[in-house]
Amino acid sequence: MSIIALAGVSKRFVKPLDLAARAANLFGAGLHDVVINAVDGVSLSLDEGEVVGLVGESGCGKSTLGRIIAGLIPPSEGTVTFRGRPLAELAAGPGRDALLKIQMIFQDPMASLNPRMRVQDIVGEAPVVHGIVTRAELARYVDALLARVGLDADYKRRYPHQFSGGQRARIGIARALAVKPDFLVCDESVASLDVSIKAQVLNLFMQLRADLGLTYLFISHDLGVVEHISDRTVIMYLGRLVEIAPTDELFRAPNHPYTQALLANVPRLEARKHRFEAVKGEIPSPLDPPPGCHFHPRCPFAFDRCRNERPALKEIAPDRWSACHLNDAA
Amino acid sequence: MTLVDIRGSDLEPWHARAGRTFSEFAESRVAMAALGLIVLLLVLAVLAPWVAPQNPYDLSQLSIMDNKLPPLSRGFSGQLYLLGTDDQGRDMLSAIIFGLRLSLTVAIVATATALVLGACVGLLAAYAGGRVDAVLMRIVDIQLSFPAILIALILVAILGKGVDKVVIALISVQWAYYARTIRGSALVERRREYIEAARGLALPHWRVAFRHLLPNAFPPLIVVATVQVAHAIALEATLSFLGLGVPITEPSLGLLIANGYAYMMSGSYWIAFYPGIALLVAIAAINLVGDRLGEVLNPRLAR
Amino acid sequence: MMVLAVENLKTHFFTRGGVIKAVDGVSLRIARGEVLGLVGESGSGKTVTGWSILGLLDPPGRIVDGSIRLNGEELVGAPQERLRAHRGRDVAMIFQDPMMTLNPVLRIDTQMIEAITAHEKVSQRAARARAAAALAAVGIASAQDRLRAYPHQFSGGMRQRVAIAIALLHRPQLLIADEPTTALDVTIQAQILAEVQALCAESGTALIWITHDLAVVAGLADRIAVMYAGRIVEEGPVDAVFAQPLHPYTRGLIGSIPRHGQRGAPLVQIPGMPPSLAQLPPGCAFAPRCPRADEACAAMPAMADHGQGRAARCWHPHIPSEAAA
Repeated sequence: MSIIALAGVSKRFVKPLDLAARAANLFGAGLHDVVINAVDGVSLSLDEGEVVGLVGESGCGKSTLGRIIAGLIPPSEGTVTFRGRPLAELAAGPGRDALLKIQMIFQDPMASLNPRMRVQDIVGEAPVVHGIVTRAELARYVDALLARVGLDADYKRRYPHQFSGGQRARIGIARALAVKPDFLVCDESVASLDVSIKAQVLNLFMQLRADLGLTYLFISHDLGVVEHISDRTVIMYLGRLVEIAPTDELFRAPNHPYTQALLANVPRLEARKHRFEAVKGEIPSPLDPPPGCHFHPRCPFAFDRCRNERPALKEIAPDRWSACHLNDAA
Repeated sequence: MTLVDIRGSDLEPWHARAGRTFSEFAESRVAMAALGLIVLLLVLAVLAPWVAPQNPYDLSQLSIMDNKLPPLSRGFSGQLYLLGTDDQGRDMLSAIIFGLRLSLTVAIVATATALVLGACVGLLAAYAGGRVDAVLMRIVDIQLSFPAILIALILVAILGKGVDKVVIALISVQWAYYARTIRGSALVERRREYIEAARGLALPHWRVAFRHLLPNAFPPLIVVATVQVAHAIALEATLSFLGLGVPITEPSLGLLIANGYAYMMSGSYWIAFYPGIALLVAIAAINLVGDRLGEVLNPRLAR
Repeated sequence: MMVLAVENLKTHFFTRGGVIKAVDGVSLRIARGEVLGLVGESGSGKTVTGWSILGLLDPPGRIVDGSIRLNGEELVGAPQERLRAHRGRDVAMIFQDPMMTLNPVLRIDTQMIEAITAHEKVSQRAARARAAAALAAVGIASAQDRLRAYPHQFSGGMRQRVAIAIALLHRPQLLIADEPTTALDVTIQAQILAEVQALCAESGTALIWITHDLAVVAGLADRIAVMYAGRIVEEGPVDAVFAQPLHPYTRGLIGSIPRHGQRGAPLVQIPGMPPSLAQLPPGCAFAPRCPRADEACAAMPAMADHGQGRAARCWHPHIPSEAAA
């Protein structure tokens, strides 16, 4: 049962020419607006109750995509639907509270908490404002939430700076849970945490999913984490989806050359001292992406068609999608 | 589920943190002396009717016979005039205390009002962005490009003289500083993730602006406001000196100086001199405290 | 002969809030051409150890005890000129943020030539040629042209490469790398690891790789030293330590990393949090979180030798001869 569906979603960030540049253009300077295609034609569907991992490196647009899904920024093109209804429609109408069903957990636990608010207010503000609980019930509600994320309710009158990184991450989770969401977008939520704390928070995510029946979009650059927690994995490169597959299959037999390179390059605990061999080339700048398939300059299998034609995301096997011309040849 | 034991790196409630800020402030002896002085001046100003030897506005207490007496001289009825008397026979010490009271009141009221007004404008500009921001900031720019004294003079010329008019003039001059300062820090804070999170929780705009953005954008204003009080005192003194400020019946320090100015050359220097010293001390002390506050608060802001 | 021999190093920070014992009795050795992985989480003291070796500490921190011998020469207490002579020539450091090495307002060639001529008398032309060669060696294409660029014109990965090139200009005997790839993407990290590995092997440079990422250490290092609360709690050859960790913290750390083939299973989690370095418990710092702790742990364990180059600081290590605990 699809809970979130994206159809042809794109997001462009445009920096228009200023007066001086436009004047220069009158003289034939040939300057144009700076356009970044952060997200380029993404279509994706997430089913209720599943955990989808979204993986990519810098500039791939995964954070932007996460924010579009969470409703924080509007797409330039395409639609995002939540349980069949477009987000844009929900935002405008009286069903605004439906937006609360999609919540985001941010990357930096310090920056995402208001440094001048006490924890009880950070967690308790939204439920009261939206009428989820009354003021009388609030204290008990907040206590229950804090206990659920593993924090001691005695400390709810303290400020964020008095907590450790892992605890702040939990506060952020409690804040999101306070408005009773169905769907959580976790944007690199464990990236800044120490190894041992990361394990605690990941276990918490899995426990919450089991207890509350949540659906997750787990955005990360850490393949090990994604492999551990996701049912399906989506790989993104420079604004486009390049591969989607159930996690086990993706890690066992990656199809797209970029996925293969990514998996080959990830340091593994099981590996012992070996010679590192890397994919060549730099990640292109989103300001000036290569034509055709974005990955072709770094791809060991690139041929002519790759330089000219953008590969479409095609279903190459049941539930497996890949955007690579090599699949057509086969 | 394991309960986590909280032992953060700086585990202190907010009042201890304020205490820590204060103890760092106190490390500068000069700033502490200045702070002590300001406190003394404030106490004197508040308690003026009880502290001053004489009420200089009560004509029945004045004796024209005692006029222009030098400091430390005795009057006709035997009272000691510590700082002498002016041409009307007013005790200078009392006049200075009451003058200080008026100067500080005007300056603080004007600064506080300008702060609230400027903060609202700046916050709105930062939060709304786009055209609203551009328009408001151009108004601020225009305002700031005029010299303060010129604006004040024009306003007083239009509105007339009087304490309330002076306050209005001071507010009009000052609000733009606060608007610009808070807009700058609000723009930085607005990009932070906790504001995004507040929007994600579908909180209404006014709530995000006042409950989330304002408390975090506010700290730079504390330092600006402190120093602006000193500016306000100086500006009011200037206006009054020029005869365009407070009325003669309620002299502020500036008016006292103006009054005594005529007698400077004829030997009765104390009539202008001691009010001048009082003005200087008040402004210098406030500036010193403002400087130190800025030093102490600044690294914390970066955190 | 050991390139570096650190004995009982103690670096403390004397702050208004108390004494922070960032490094409290660290000993390590590294031989020519060896790669040592120094692993720990935040607050473990691994970065301060690296800084202490190079003498880059600022007040309120200072080395209060211990010895650091570089090729036999004592560095603790040595005058600044001796330290400066060593820095860049015999021992070099690369940081997590390459902008700590690179001056944003100077061109790359200016900085590199400066680094070269600081330790050797060479002509400008010779220095420039060496700089270009160094950039090419770290995999920067069209090195001659890139020399004239400013740091902000490079991407993060390229800047890190430039920092590595500068560090290796004089073929130092020891390179200390403090989390240089933590902020970089996976593919770029792999490239940098490949470069560093190749360069160190070629020039026989010993490498101390400071990181919290155990997986990187597994692939890169010969030996590993695990730090916790300012002390080394376990060290040994990488294979042995990963196969059979002795110290409960090492075991917990390895267990908390998601492994292939265990999807969905709860990860081993070490309860609680690392202690505040200003308020360390008197005995073993890990005891409050350790499943094997008892009364003996109220006393600080010494570093016990377990043979075959392995050592652990624990009263109850996981000895392989015992049944799997």
